[in-house]
Amino acid sequence: MNEPLNGPLNGPTARPGDGAYSAGNGWTTAVPCDPPPADSPRDDVPGGEASGAEPVLLIRDVRKIYGEGEATVHALRGVSLTVERGDYVAIMGASGSGKSTLMNIIGCLDIPTTGTYLLGGTDVGVLDDVQLARVRNRRIGFIFQSFNLIPRMSALANVELPLAYGGVRAADRRRRALAALGLVGLADRVGHQPNELSGGQQQRVAVARALVTSPTLLLADEPTGALDSTSTRDVLAIFDRLSVSGRTIVVITHEDDVAAHAKRVIRLMDGQIVEDRRQAPVDGPPPLAGLRPPTEAVSDR
Amino acid sequence: MNALEITRFAVRGLTANKMRSVLTMLGILIGVAAVILLVAVGQGSSESIKQRIQSLGANTLTVSASFSGGFGGPGGRSGGGGGPRTQARGLTLDDARALAGSGNAPSVKSVSPVVTASSATTTYEGASHDISQVVGTYPSYFEATNKPVASGAYFTNQDVTGVRKVVVIGKTVAEELFGQADPVGGRVSIEGVSFTVVGVLKESGSTGGQDADDIAIAPLPAVQQTLSGYGSLGSIVIQATSAETTDAAEAEITAILNQRHDITGSATADYRILNQASLQETVTEATGTFTVLLGAVAAISLLVGGIGITNIMLVTVTERTREIGIRKAIGAPRGAILGQFLIEATLLSLIGGLLGVGVAVAGSQFTIAGVRPVIVPQSIVLALGVSVAIGLFFGSYPANRAAKLRPIEALRFE
Repeated sequence: MNEPLNGPLNGPTARPGDGAYSAGNGWTTAVPCDPPPADSPRDDVPGGEASGAEPVLLIRDVRKIYGEGEATVHALRGVSLTVERGDYVAIMGASGSGKSTLMNIIGCLDIPTTGTYLLGGTDVGVLDDVQLARVRNRRIGFIFQSFNLIPRMSALANVELPLAYGGVRAADRRRRALAALGLVGLADRVGHQPNELSGGQQQRVAVARALVTSPTLLLADEPTGALDSTSTRDVLAIFDRLSVSGRTIVVITHEDDVAAHAKRVIRLMDGQIVEDRRQAPVDGPPPLAGLRPPTEAVSDR
Repeated sequence: MNALEITRFAVRGLTANKMRSVLTMLGILIGVAAVILLVAVGQGSSESIKQRIQSLGANTLTVSASFSGGFGGPGGRSGGGGGPRTQARGLTLDDARALAGSGNAPSVKSVSPVVTASSATTTYEGASHDISQVVGTYPSYFEATNKPVASGAYFTNQDVTGVRKVVVIGKTVAEELFGQADPVGGRVSIEGVSFTVVGVLKESGSTGGQDADDIAIAPLPAVQQTLSGYGSLGSIVIQATSAETTDAAEAEITAILNQRHDITGSATADYRILNQASLQETVTEATGTFTVLLGAVAAISLLVGGIGITNIMLVTVTERTREIGIRKAIGAPRGAILGQFLIEATLLSLIGGLLGVGVAVAGSQFTIAGVRPVIVPQSIVLALGVSVAIGLFFGSYPANRAAKLRPIEALRFE
């Protein structure tokens, strides 16, 4: 807690590091300072980057209850979770296990009924709408199952969009968007509209859009759910590569193939964590990263 | 995220559905064009009526006999044939002299007794024309009623006292009888009596279906002798010394005539005075009401256009719920979404409004229903302002709805 948060995201700082919440498996090793993310450090987001020791996610006893009276649904029944910087976490579970609710809460799209949620040291629960929008814009990169690109906008414009909402100047925006598209191997498709791209390409555009703001956390909701096996491999290879470069990634999935790429697998059932398995160390490469050279994986089809 | 950026998103949103945008704009276009054009038509007709009244003469009062009033009243009616006509006194030349010479009417500049005969058959070297109005009067009539001559001259007081058969004819009469030839000095025969044309009046234009140029003006006694007979006068045209004194002149005339016609107390006068100034006021008021009415009808169509905007924006917001969700998920603040849809609505109404102004200005070049529209600049400003306000007002509900969407629900929307 050596770096106070300032700027628009100023919330109560995280409580002093509490090892008990780090994970249930003894992985309390302090994460060494990551190499800076692939992009240049964000100089336009005050307080956007917490110190290396700060967990990216700190979720404590989060509950989410929908409905009232007879129709009450306990979607989450006390979930506690700490995700360190640089980790690659797969959250698994059958439908109805509460993983979508958890993803919505992690993504600041929904607020928990009770419990606290700290994103990069900021208590998200006390932020108002405008501040939440800013958090989503600068700290979280979303990747959706259905790509969710905006139709009739070129790939470049789609990737530029978060930067536009973030108030980045046009020239800067273009440069960063092109860099992000290059990173996912779509440098030659920047002018294409979503309907002119294959599913895999669309999802890679979405990954680029999520990356472009250099967010603290990449949050992917069933990123390969709508893709064929080749595209799935491409996207997972990109994730591996991002993880190698130090990105923090949380993937919601129900596919074991996808979870196999993660450094840590968390299984949800009936709104509770029933398994928390470490597959690779936080500061190492993801388990399957070395199996295929990423450059080959992202080659265009 | 600046305003320019949001505007670009808005324009992109509009161009994504061009047909729909154009049709929505059309609603506003029609509304704005209707407001401007109808107000212009109202203004045009009001101005042309004013002009006509002014062409009747400035500062004039016309006294005419009123047969419905007088002592006859209801009794006269039941009396049948005798009726009020016999009991009410007509205006006489003596009345006119009293008004002119008594010294009790300082606000009166001139008094012109008038007799009229209608439909007098006139011939000139084989050409024949029915003059719709033959006026017998004094020379002061020309000035009082604002009838300048284009060629020749007025007749003089000597012509009146000498009962000379001279006549000043209107342009229509001149054209009908003389064609291209100069009528001045020509001898025409009016109802068999020979008159010498001394002047031709300047064209004054038609007044509401009646041709004001189909007229002949001759000395009073000459007309009485040949056409109307020596009965009572048709009217007395009085010119006040200035526009400010018309009301004073009316009061003076009333006093003199009441005395002469023995009208006292509650008795109704057997004459009435038509005050040009008050007539103009009344007409202006009436045409003002007329213009407001036209504008109101047009404003309704503008309102309907505005509702069209709300409707289409609601459709747009519903259709793009998912897009709104995506934008919010990647960090669009409420203000940006609100701004985007508000600007879309306002652009629709503003562009529609501007096109409407263009259509109205183009349309005002044509004569509509016999009226040449006169564009009122304020109506353009007002209609444009209102159309922008309509965009903001009618767009605010859908835009607010879009801005308030929760991203999680918007994303789930299919």
